[in-house]
Amino acid sequence: MNIMEGAFVINIAVCLKQVPDTSEVRLDPKTNTLKREGIPSIINPYDAHALEEALTLRDQVGGQVIVLSMGPPQAVQSLKKAISYGADRAILLTDRVFAGSDTLATSYILTGALQKLMQEEPIDLILCGKQAIDGDTAQVGPGIASRLGWPLLTYVSKVEKISPQAREIMVHRKLEEGREVLRASLPALLTVVKEINEIRYAPLPDLIRGATYAVEIWNNEDLHLDPTQLGLKGSPTWVSKTGTPPLREKGEMLGKDQASSAQIASLLAERLIPDIVVPNR
Amino acid sequence: MAEHPLGIWVYIEQEKGQVAPVSWELMGEGRRLADKLGTSLSGVVLGHQIDKVINRVFAYGADSVYAIDDPLLEPYRNQTHSHGLVQLCRDHQPEILLMGATTTGRDLSGSVATQLATGLTADCTELDIDVEKRKLLQTRPAFGGNILATILCRDRWPQMATVRPRVFPEPEAQKAPSSTVVRGKLSLQPKDVTVEVIKRINEERKEGYLDGTDIIVAGGRGLGTKENFQLVHNLAQALGGMAGASRPAVESGWISYSHQVGQTGYSVRPKLYIAAGISGAIQHLVGMQNAEIIVAINKDPDAPIFRVATYGIIADAAEFLPIFTEEVKKRMEGKAVTAKA
Amino acid sequence: MSQKNKKKQDIALAKESSPSKDKAMKDKKLERWASIPHEFEAIVVGGGPAGLSAAYTLAKGGVKTLLIERGDFPGSKNVMGGVLYSYPTAQVFPDFWKKAPLERPIIEQRAYLLAEDSAITAGFKDNRFFEEPYNNFTVFRGRFDKWMAGEAMEAGALLVSETVVTDLLYEGEGTGKKVVGVITNREEGTVRGHVVLLCEGANSILAQRAGLQEDLSPGDLACAVKEVIKLPKGAIEERFNVEKGQGVTIELLGEATLGMFGMGWIYTNKDTLSVGVGVMINELSRRGLNPNTVLEKMKNHPALRPLLVEGETVEYLAKIIPEGGYKQVPKLYSNGVLVCGDTAMLVNGVHREGSNLAMTSGKMAAETVIEAKAKGDFSAEALKRYKERLEDSFVLKDLKKYQNVSGLMQTNPHFFTVYPNMARQAAQELFTVNNVPKKEKQKKIIRDIRKKRSLTQIAGDLYRIWRTFG
Repeated sequence: MNIMEGAFVINIAVCLKQVPDTSEVRLDPKTNTLKREGIPSIINPYDAHALEEALTLRDQVGGQVIVLSMGPPQAVQSLKKAISYGADRAILLTDRVFAGSDTLATSYILTGALQKLMQEEPIDLILCGKQAIDGDTAQVGPGIASRLGWPLLTYVSKVEKISPQAREIMVHRKLEEGREVLRASLPALLTVVKEINEIRYAPLPDLIRGATYAVEIWNNEDLHLDPTQLGLKGSPTWVSKTGTPPLREKGEMLGKDQASSAQIASLLAERLIPDIVVPNR
Repeated sequence: MAEHPLGIWVYIEQEKGQVAPVSWELMGEGRRLADKLGTSLSGVVLGHQIDKVINRVFAYGADSVYAIDDPLLEPYRNQTHSHGLVQLCRDHQPEILLMGATTTGRDLSGSVATQLATGLTADCTELDIDVEKRKLLQTRPAFGGNILATILCRDRWPQMATVRPRVFPEPEAQKAPSSTVVRGKLSLQPKDVTVEVIKRINEERKEGYLDGTDIIVAGGRGLGTKENFQLVHNLAQALGGMAGASRPAVESGWISYSHQVGQTGYSVRPKLYIAAGISGAIQHLVGMQNAEIIVAINKDPDAPIFRVATYGIIADAAEFLPIFTEEVKKRMEGKAVTAKA
Repeated sequence: MSQKNKKKQDIALAKESSPSKDKAMKDKKLERWASIPHEFEAIVVGGGPAGLSAAYTLAKGGVKTLLIERGDFPGSKNVMGGVLYSYPTAQVFPDFWKKAPLERPIIEQRAYLLAEDSAITAGFKDNRFFEEPYNNFTVFRGRFDKWMAGEAMEAGALLVSETVVTDLLYEGEGTGKKVVGVITNREEGTVRGHVVLLCEGANSILAQRAGLQEDLSPGDLACAVKEVIKLPKGAIEERFNVEKGQGVTIELLGEATLGMFGMGWIYTNKDTLSVGVGVMINELSRRGLNPNTVLEKMKNHPALRPLLVEGETVEYLAKIIPEGGYKQVPKLYSNGVLVCGDTAMLVNGVHREGSNLAMTSGKMAAETVIEAKAKGDFSAEALKRYKERLEDSFVLKDLKKYQNVSGLMQTNPHFFTVYPNMARQAAQELFTVNNVPKKEKQKKIIRDIRKKRSLTQIAGDLYRIWRTFG
């Protein structure tokens, strides 16, 4: 393939979510929604791997990486970070009417933005993380693929080959007991697992670019989406109640009375062996 | 307005006649929910040459089976299965649709829910019914496992949920006659299918899979060195279990990522989990706190791991592990003798 | 084979690398980087209190500033602090208490001298400290620094994180040798700047390499360990006898450090306590002690245990802090470079004031740079003003005053047991931080006390106590 002519390049869109970094997340008991204040935000780790894969493919084949995120205005931080890894362009979808969207509404909004983007330039590939660590739903990527009618390849652990001219991609998908190799036509949507790559340590100029970059902001005046399909209104699922998992019963400390290690070992074995050793299983 | 959707459906995940156990687990739970709701329970089978599977679905308590038999449905591909399942749902309007939260279930459910424009709750650990409102109460851990959220789906059908394997017990198969089988057609031509499975590579790990094992001995940074981590393997071997690890141990290069337990590794619920030299950061706890018995060995009496431990031992894990391993070996020998006698 | 190498090989298999391809990739990069700034007027190394104050002040002053932080974000490595003084902070960020993430305003400061099973306590409480402009606050350094970073960026400073400055970039020879930028550990990692501000904490290899500082010995450094302990709701108000939202600090001496030179502390946050201890590293190694052991013993002291019951440790942190003070203060400036905060050993160990000195020094360094920019002169001669500024301020005056304190502490640790009441009176003056050099405050206290004849005799002793602790 002749890269220099620029005839075959790929444009890749990456959907990423800014998520709270720790599991110290609390719910607002009044609204049953996430309270995100005071918790450091990061790019969802799986999405970071999606971005890395997009950058690697772009560096190999040529083209552009455009990063999209739906979220509150503060999510520009994660998009600037994406630029600092080397993405070419970043767009934040933010609007009050988007707030409270579940996965169904979120995939609707992202799809709307991707379609708008595709009026400007073609997109060959969309990459997402396999799931977000805050919601763990793994639904938005498949939702976008369904809405666009594109092939969906989830849990991708390796991009074996991408051929912009043949309009096809070959990937490995991680399964419970191994993997499978699939070929799909382009355009396609991939969700990726962490094993797919190692995240780069970007060159300094990309970091400076990230620090200076002005993220594009799109709201619903840009997207013209159906208001009944947005936000809480457009979300069929809702949290009816929340609780904490039952605490485990208070445990037993063995050998507090200065017993020797051998005595404690014997004591522990006494406790465990009847439960554990199931003969000839 | 059309008739109110009725019936609980369970997607039977199968390939070449092999059914994922979670599908049977869901049939058991589905029966309970259907009885509570006063509706029927059906299995949905998509594949090729699936008659045997269909018969087995009845043995797990189905009132009826919905099925599409088409060569394009084997092996599983998102495109063909979502197409077939969406078609069946549109034609027959189920009230509830359940799937296993397996790779396939998670791949398929998001596509189907989007095309049906309905709600979907992933990775449920508990299901119930609000009989009066005819709502499926879908409970799942949220936000790092610290909170359980119960989620409802309003005004859309089917109400969809995926459920983690091993949450519900697998029911016994009963001798039951086959009953109604509703067969659908896949309205896809081979040329319409844009994804092709080139090959499957089974990577059966010699030692099995961490999330499918009953006994896990996991080591953390408290062990100090890679050499000491061998002590974890030794005890795991003596107990017939597998070695697990905390993230710091994996990051130190003492063991591979496929042994990592926690938020960013495997979630496990073995019968026995021994945490050696693991302090018990929240991200680790969420991956293992559902174990039946937890043994914590740590030098630091204030280590958070002791808060979830069934048995706690304040000791240097590197010192204690070999002593306990010997003890186990001694007793295992005794056990074997007793069993023979 | 390492993961990295394997990955490289995979890519090599997937695409045939060719010179034309590599060139295309390079062109692509250059295109991407075409519009970014390649030179800055000031480069600040380190996003702690000193660096952030400097970056903020610089950006406000219209200086094109790049801030380079090694952690994930400013504050991610700044584990200590705990107490933030209102006056010096407001000098940099006016009215900061209206916007910044703070824990509790401190209305009472206590000092406990611990013996094995007993404690002599002294304290000073003033409800006026609960009103603007306040006296000091407890803060979580991480959150507060992140806030400062946000202010600095909003003012126009550019922030680059997860990047380590490995060396300074020099030009010229001999006396004309000057710093003209920094070299980082990233690819294409050299960036030029007219002046570099070193604010990277204690033990700065850059400062040593620049010949501004000598190697530190363990005797110059203290190790501090701290726990954040979560208490049940309402427990802080009850146990510390304060009203809702009010805070207390306790400084712990004597047995708190097992008699070693150093101190312990307890600070009240919103719903947690910061409990920590700092000890000289050379003493620890001489006694063969682990700092964690010292902290555990301290937490179990009968005078402290009731404050901590039912507490749950939610965080554990450790840090190296310079203890050296005035005698350790390095050369503070050279051609194209300035040294601030802990890097400059600007720590008043006796008053556990590090961050306010750091912030003030960062601000003064920035002001010096703004002047230098106006003159277009970043030579040592122009930057000398920085040192003069510090010398005119409480920063160096206080450090100078306490320069002999280490010896006193070690020879007369019993002082504080004798006159707790006197200490309280002293505390009233001394615990109010308003940037009046402490020497002047002490003069005032001496004057006050000498009026009372009955106290004359002990005034001499008292003076020595102040010399030590005041």
